[in-house]
Amino acid sequence: MRTMVTVLLAIGAPLQLLAAENVPDVQTVVNKANFVAYYQGKDGKATVRMTITNKKGQKRTREFNILRRDVEDGADQKYYVYFQRPADVRKMVYMVHKHTGTGTDDDRWLYMPSLDLVKRIAASDRRTSFVGSDFLYEDVSGRGLDEDTHEIIETTDGLFIVKNVPKKPETVEFGYFNVAIDRTTFVPMKMEFYDKQGELYRVIESKEVEEIQGFPTVVKAVVSNLRTGSKTEMEFSKIKYDIGLKDNMFTERYLRRPPREAIR
Amino acid sequence: MSKIPTTLSILTICLVAVTSLPARAAEDEENENGSFLSNLPVELHGFYEMRAGYRLRDDKYEKDMSIMENRFQIDLYSYLEWADLRAKGDVIGDLVTEQVEFDLREINIAARPLDFMDLKVGRQILTWGTGDLIFINDMFGKDWQAFFIGRDVEYLKAPSDAAKISLFSDWANLDLVYTPQFDSDRFITGERISYFNSLLGRLAGRDAIVRTIKPDRWFADDEIAARLYKNISNYELALYGYHGFWKSPGGLNPVMSRAIFPDLNVYGASVRGTVGKGIGNVEVGYYDSADDRSGTNPLINNSEMRYLIGYTQEIGRDLTAGAQYYVEQMLNYDAYRSTAMPGPVRDRYRHVLTLRLTKLLMNQNLRCSLFAYYSPSDDDAYLRPNINYKLDDHFTAELGVNVFLGQYPHTFFGQFQNNTNAYLALRYSF
Repeated sequence: MRTMVTVLLAIGAPLQLLAAENVPDVQTVVNKANFVAYYQGKDGKATVRMTITNKKGQKRTREFNILRRDVEDGADQKYYVYFQRPADVRKMVYMVHKHTGTGTDDDRWLYMPSLDLVKRIAASDRRTSFVGSDFLYEDVSGRGLDEDTHEIIETTDGLFIVKNVPKKPETVEFGYFNVAIDRTTFVPMKMEFYDKQGELYRVIESKEVEEIQGFPTVVKAVVSNLRTGSKTEMEFSKIKYDIGLKDNMFTERYLRRPPREAIR
Repeated sequence: MSKIPTTLSILTICLVAVTSLPARAAEDEENENGSFLSNLPVELHGFYEMRAGYRLRDDKYEKDMSIMENRFQIDLYSYLEWADLRAKGDVIGDLVTEQVEFDLREINIAARPLDFMDLKVGRQILTWGTGDLIFINDMFGKDWQAFFIGRDVEYLKAPSDAAKISLFSDWANLDLVYTPQFDSDRFITGERISYFNSLLGRLAGRDAIVRTIKPDRWFADDEIAARLYKNISNYELALYGYHGFWKSPGGLNPVMSRAIFPDLNVYGASVRGTVGKGIGNVEVGYYDSADDRSGTNPLINNSEMRYLIGYTQEIGRDLTAGAQYYVEQMLNYDAYRSTAMPGPVRDRYRHVLTLRLTKLLMNQNLRCSLFAYYSPSDDDAYLRPNINYKLDDHFTAELGVNVFLGQYPHTFFGQFQNNTNAYLALRYSF
């Protein structure tokens, strides 16, 4: 067995070196991509407009401002989401203290202004829909890198294709997913989710990328659910990084009275 | 409810005041594609709602209609450099009372004068504590009538005319709420909900509207509520204090045969945080019925201890379950028993279990929920099943039932049996 592996390596290695001299190891690629997707700057804000279109073409919109602050690069973060639309959820605030350590659930709160109620939300499956859209909580705040094994399965001129297989398949609805990562910017350009039978059923695409304050930033993303025919488009505007959000902004004080940064 | 002329004029003044502020649009350079309207300094929102409901049982003391109203809410919001301004009010065409009413829900100014201080003054909705539809240390006004007849749950909270000062430090945070003139609950009067009248010894309703003597002297009949709280690794710890009155009638003036609001002090504590896969909470409160500390006055509520323990967890996709166990303990029970007037007597302990189930369906546009109170000691229950469907970004339809069950006509929920009702609502939000 060992000899066979050695032989394969001996043949394979030089070829691979020729094909892609600049291919970093997979861990570096996914780390960089994760960083670009979720951790650029110490903090940031954006206005997000979501349009959910079902199979019949009926549309629903969501609009919210999102504030983010990194507790530690590549690890824990705090999110503050202030809803503007639709009218029935206006001024509601959703706050998350995201914990990336294994076995630790995120802390979540919801503030309902008409009742002045600060509600603690039971930690939930991160693979449930975010505000009724085709995006999942995990798409919005990131999936822990150590929850999957990663492998570069293809390298094209512009992209690394990384296959990700969950370490605990029973905890997720997918079998595996492939991410196409831009080789220069490390922006994840496309994610394809395959079910346990290996059939493609869900695709997330980065439709527009802009450089903002030197950070390559996805400003338009679309997720398509191939099974239900539903699709959600997410557009980002008013993006700013490193605005100096204070840590105490992610506390009950600011849930009850949102900071200006969240309202505007 | 307020008198229309004064509250409307306050609202008008407020509206004029905020609209005449220098157009903030100029400094809001980011709003590049904003239309003229979106540049106005006032945000205007609200809803229009039709809500209809009927009793499912005969009640000879009340109308068959349990709710029949058109409601128009206007919510105005604006902000200056140093403060936020808010005014929110409902105009209600009520076919049950056959009146047009104006309910000013909020009119307040909120500021952050110092780095460590927040201030909110005016009519406002206030909530704290950890219970789910059970309140121990939240001594702010409730509207039980609105809750029982099937109005939106936002109306369970009645507004307070108060000043709230919040102080923040690394050590702990402190909220102080001063209400210069006592704000009672919007309690059951018999006008729309029949109830057990202990003087008559029977169910009663519109034939025996509860009349009260309410403490109403400014700065003398006042209320102070305080909360000292701290978050340690996302476990929320709090201590509470309240000095004021029983919020719903807690006694009787036999001479005038009026219900009264005796003095009450409350001291309590709570903790809430992650337990296993869910959220757990514990809350206790000591109700010091200051006008009858010995418990020997049968016409005034006994002092009480109140205890609550709760747990909520997601038990399936978009399915959440919560359960609570709540106990009220009369502290001078022997004195109460020896002086109690003829008629049904209370138990020393009132035990209540609650259950909440919420399931979201159809991309979270359909919400099916059940909230249930069950008291094994009173042998009564109150069930609140509800279905809410978001038709689109503006329209919401709702269907619900308020079911009261009980073995006896005098227990907390049992007395409302004949008020069991079903309701339907359609709301347009803008």
